[in-house]
Amino acid sequence: MKRNYLAQALGLLAALFAAILIAVMLELAALPPPAVNLPDAVGVRMEATGVAHPVTAVLLNFRGYDTLLEIGVLLLALLVVLAVAPHGEKAPPNPSSRADPVLQTLARIAVPLMVLAAVYLLWAGAYQSGGAFQAGAVLGAAAVLLHLAGLLPRWDTPGARLRIGLAAGFLAFIAVATALLGQGALLQYPPAQAGSLILLIEAGLTLSLGLILAGLFLFLS
Amino acid sequence: MTADLTFDLLLAASLLWSAWRTLATPDIFRAVILFIVFGLLLTLGWARLAAPDIALAEAAIGAGLTGALLLDAIGVLRGGGKKP
Repeated sequence: MKRNYLAQALGLLAALFAAILIAVMLELAALPPPAVNLPDAVGVRMEATGVAHPVTAVLLNFRGYDTLLEIGVLLLALLVVLAVAPHGEKAPPNPSSRADPVLQTLARIAVPLMVLAAVYLLWAGAYQSGGAFQAGAVLGAAAVLLHLAGLLPRWDTPGARLRIGLAAGFLAFIAVATALLGQGALLQYPPAQAGSLILLIEAGLTLSLGLILAGLFLFLS
Repeated sequence: MTADLTFDLLLAASLLWSAWRTLATPDIFRAVILFIVFGLLLTLGWARLAAPDIALAEAAIGAGLTGALLLDAIGVLRGGGKKP
């Protein structure tokens, strides 16, 4: 009985909170436009960014430092997973999907297309929606699909090649940042080389993100 | 105009409904499937808000990878401690 009252009180509280949130949002919509117009500020400087898509320009050029820390955080998360994941066990065969020819055939057809889609997303990021994070997620999903179909065993202790792949994006990012420190600011690309530097960083990010996201799954399963 | 508004209202209503069902469903498998449905509806929402970059990330990470991870977790839970 007491628990029922508690649930009702919590529900009332949540409804009240939702009402306040909606009221605040309506209030915000009625405010005058902000003094700083960020889309225009980005648009004025697009020439110097080396890419044609504003979102990529913000993520990899204007706020490159944020993206550098993001890949660092993801790498750190994977290191924690490696620390707690069970090591040295024989990979148990996956009985539910081991002998599923339909799933395996589908995975064999789908995975090359997913890799192609990832490369397309990486390339398209320069001038339209796409980019390293979406491409990396598609790569990671391809590896997870292979694992669930029983074609890719779980990862145990990462070997040297896998370690390099996991860290490649972060290392490439830091290498570019260090090489450009002479410019006087962190991650300030010279406009002539900005496009190719961003593509280099994004290629490394895509590989590492795919491996990290797959690793979060494959080291634990 | 009215068609757009109708679609947006339907989308918002189904988002709220699927979010509520995800939390309230006693069957854990149905909850995960509803979570994936919620993620795909949210992708549509981001696309309607003219944010295709976020829509792509939501579809790939939110609905795809997280859904697969949750389904795998259910498999482990129901497998009776096959894996640690």
